[in-house]
Amino acid sequence: MKRQNVLVLYLGDSALDSAVIAWSYWDGTGTVWRMAGDENEAPYPTGIAALRDGWRLFQTSQLIPHYPGTETQTSYLKYEFLFEQIVDVDVAAEGVAP
Amino acid sequence: MSEYRKLSTKEVARFAARGHLMFEGLIGDDLNQKYIDEAGAGGVAEVAAGTPLADAYAPGTSLHALVNEPAVRGILDSLVGPGPLVDHHFVHLTLGRTQRESFGIANPMPSQHWHQDSTIDTRAAFDVQIMWYPHEVTLEMGGTRYLPGSHLRIVSEAAIGRYQNIRGQRHVVCPAGSLLVLHHGMWHGGGFNASDTTRHMVKIRLNPTVPQQRLWDTSDITPADRAQRSIFWQLAAREADDLHDILCEYQPWFEADTARLEFVNRVRFFRYLLGDDTFDADYWLTRIENQPARRVESTTGS
Repeated sequence: MKRQNVLVLYLGDSALDSAVIAWSYWDGTGTVWRMAGDENEAPYPTGIAALRDGWRLFQTSQLIPHYPGTETQTSYLKYEFLFEQIVDVDVAAEGVAP
Repeated sequence: MSEYRKLSTKEVARFAARGHLMFEGLIGDDLNQKYIDEAGAGGVAEVAAGTPLADAYAPGTSLHALVNEPAVRGILDSLVGPGPLVDHHFVHLTLGRTQRESFGIANPMPSQHWHQDSTIDTRAAFDVQIMWYPHEVTLEMGGTRYLPGSHLRIVSEAAIGRYQNIRGQRHVVCPAGSLLVLHHGMWHGGGFNASDTTRHMVKIRLNPTVPQQRLWDTSDITPADRAQRSIFWQLAAREADDLHDILCEYQPWFEADTARLEFVNRVRFFRYLLGDDTFDADYWLTRIENQPARRVESTTGS
């Protein structure tokens, strides 16, 4: 059975080799329990370090022009990169729901 | 009893820059224990939203004593001013492992997602949230997680829940009787209690009823605070404690471009606090507000 793990890296600018400033890990195998605030050190220093460790990039945030009047307003983290790993899971052995 | 003291300009500038001030061990053991006893007995009364703080808590209760502590009054007078209203309070009680087991709770509550309280809030005026930790909080107990410098980011409450970890995030670890004072916009969340000890915290949100301008002890403001200095090209390390440094303090989670926008927004916020639209730190607003009038050349030579 195949499952998807998702790693989301928020980078310092729109380049993949910029520094990781925030991150999330979503485990599709049901074996790793992650939650907000559980890690103070980033898993990779940059986005490209994740690529070189085998993560596949499948989405990046767009560069969107600033809406007039809100040019200096800050909001959500801007540079979001979503990576995936497809992993084989032994459902019977691991007890993961199919 | 503690000592009444208004905040200094530098303390208020740090609040403007970071969105929080921490006062460790401010409240004495007797009052801390009184609160724990009341909370354990379900004795924290409801307060209608908008009730004046002066009328919100019955004499003899721990929360009445808290907000009348001279040191707490000094902090509140400096940030929200006289006559604030109680928006709400919230009693946080997070069970430790042994308490969960005694109640038969098989699946412990994970940490809270990151969120900003209330809803999208674009005011310059701000509410203050005081968080009282009546006992020591260790890292294992999962004290409040917060992100310094996030208070001026305009987001929609729990929409930031997809972020799990952010560089520079902090977890409250403090001695008993500590107060964390937050701008209402601070990104935060409760932590996971992995200890055997139940964690208590009570939060009170206060609305101002006066303009929040120069409410603190402004006697330390000097003409030098208004002077600009060399920017970018600096031959020597600076004193790290003047208003320019405090307001332009970098946070490790800032994007390369938005750090500068944060400085812009902090200066605007500090202008509101000063009641002075000409103040600037490190030239961030002066540059983008400079709009020279168009020069019309004479065609007659006169």
